[in-house]
Amino acid sequence: MSVLLLAEHDNAKVTDATARALSAALQIDRSVDVLVVGQDCHTAAEDAATLSGVSRAILVQDARYQHFLAEALADLIVNLSGNYQTLIAPGTAIGKSVMPRVAAQLDVMQVTDVSRVLTPTSFERLIYAGNAIQIVEVPHDKSVLTIRVASFESVAASESAAPIECAAPGPAFPKTRFVGESIRKTGRPELTSARIVISGGRGMGSADNFDALIKPIADKLGAAIGASRAAVDSGFAPNDWQVGQTGKVVAPELYIAIGISGAIQHLAGMKDAKVIVAINKDEEAPIFQVADYGLVGDLFSVLPEFNRTLKQPV
Amino acid sequence: MKILVPVKRVVDSNVKIRVCPDGSGVDLANVKMSMNPFDEIAVEQAVRFKELGKASEVVVVSVGAKGASETLRTGLAMGADRGIHVVTDSAIEPLAVAKILTRIVIDERPQLVIVGKQAIDDDCNQTGQMLAGLLHWPQATFASKTELAGNTIIVTREIDGGLQTLELDLPAVITSDLRLNEPRYASLSNIMKAKKKLIVEMTPEELGVDIMPRLKIGRTIEPPVRGGGKKVTNVTELVQVVRNYI
Repeated sequence: MSVLLLAEHDNAKVTDATARALSAALQIDRSVDVLVVGQDCHTAAEDAATLSGVSRAILVQDARYQHFLAEALADLIVNLSGNYQTLIAPGTAIGKSVMPRVAAQLDVMQVTDVSRVLTPTSFERLIYAGNAIQIVEVPHDKSVLTIRVASFESVAASESAAPIECAAPGPAFPKTRFVGESIRKTGRPELTSARIVISGGRGMGSADNFDALIKPIADKLGAAIGASRAAVDSGFAPNDWQVGQTGKVVAPELYIAIGISGAIQHLAGMKDAKVIVAINKDEEAPIFQVADYGLVGDLFSVLPEFNRTLKQPV
Repeated sequence: MKILVPVKRVVDSNVKIRVCPDGSGVDLANVKMSMNPFDEIAVEQAVRFKELGKASEVVVVSVGAKGASETLRTGLAMGADRGIHVVTDSAIEPLAVAKILTRIVIDERPQLVIVGKQAIDDDCNQTGQMLAGLLHWPQATFASKTELAGNTIIVTREIDGGLQTLELDLPAVITSDLRLNEPRYASLSNIMKAKKKLIVEMTPEELGVDIMPRLKIGRTIEPPVRGGGKKVTNVTELVQVVRNYI
């Protein structure tokens, strides 16, 4: 029996989160079909088909899927689920909204944010804001999972392309209607797939300071920008920058934490970074306990100096 | 309009938990317990709707052992009208909770169920979506703003790339995210008044729900400890480190 993976895409390409979830899926079974659903997404299906290890790309196109709303997606996956033992999605906002609904309709439990595949039916996942790892075993006949994408590497693209098969749309769900969206396109790498992340905390003091002090460094490093919950709550950063237990989970090569104290809930979102650098004026700040390189200092003098030094030729 | 709000008793968010060395789980002995923070936000939102005259009654419900009644009292002190305690000492999965809530929804007929986005102990983030799936109701997860408008609710959600706004026909399930509101502290007089509010007890068996867990929980272990603590003394050193990554 095999795996169905719900892809996330922008109609042209599947996301890095999908490629990471695919690597988890392939650890569960060699036979993985990738489901590409949307309004006009044939190109995304072609992209999915080139991911290494994909058996088939299943393409479903209809206006009802234009905005990837959970109810219609769940009904579709339930319709398609008969052929698969394991239904998987990356642990993104879409995956987390859709898969529990699928699981309940199939009368099975769901496992959220799998961080490690031990066997095809047993997994590790994090609980208590990442302070404990729980080993969970699912029944053999049907399981539904979301994947903690920060814990897995992306699958590469392959030379060949798997076949693309079209499947019929599922039912519409007229009781939920899309009204609008404000999605920012910054030209920066995506937070959950960036090699380098630089995050600001409440100590930044304002959104303008994020712009003046963090952005130039992020630009120079080609980094994504993140934020602590406190910074977002204070309006210094938008919600989609939040890194933490209930925000984004990242595992970059380098994580730079500026004016972030290092609360448990924030650490949950970044402690898998390969290297952590922290700047904070409080030398007792918990962030220094996990930082590989810490600098105690006032970010308002450190950051400008950092910027200047970074710009100097080596 | 009636609003139902499920609430869960969890380890307080300020507590640093300890993993039992024998792998049996997390040490909860003498640990401070509180209402799940996302559920506080859910209760707050329901009570605000009542204060705005959009809802007539807020019912809080909790599934769990004896201590769950304290969590219900907290909800009542915040302004909910009555509570339902589904009593069980067993470990209970989100799917079973969702099934229990389904039965209660069929009985109580709320127009809106507001569920906390995730419980900060198991971090599952499933119950609201499962409930909506079992009822085949509209769902809007990770709500940061809600507006009731007659027979619909307009919800702004926090999603990966920013914000999304949906309109849902009632009845519906929404899950509350951090920025939906800031929950009130119950005043002492409200805490006293809450003692007189009604909490009805029932069991999963009486509701006809099989709560047998579907997943087998194996060992609970500590994550790898991350070393750290090295300090540098000046910015130049830091830049040298960072340069390696460009």
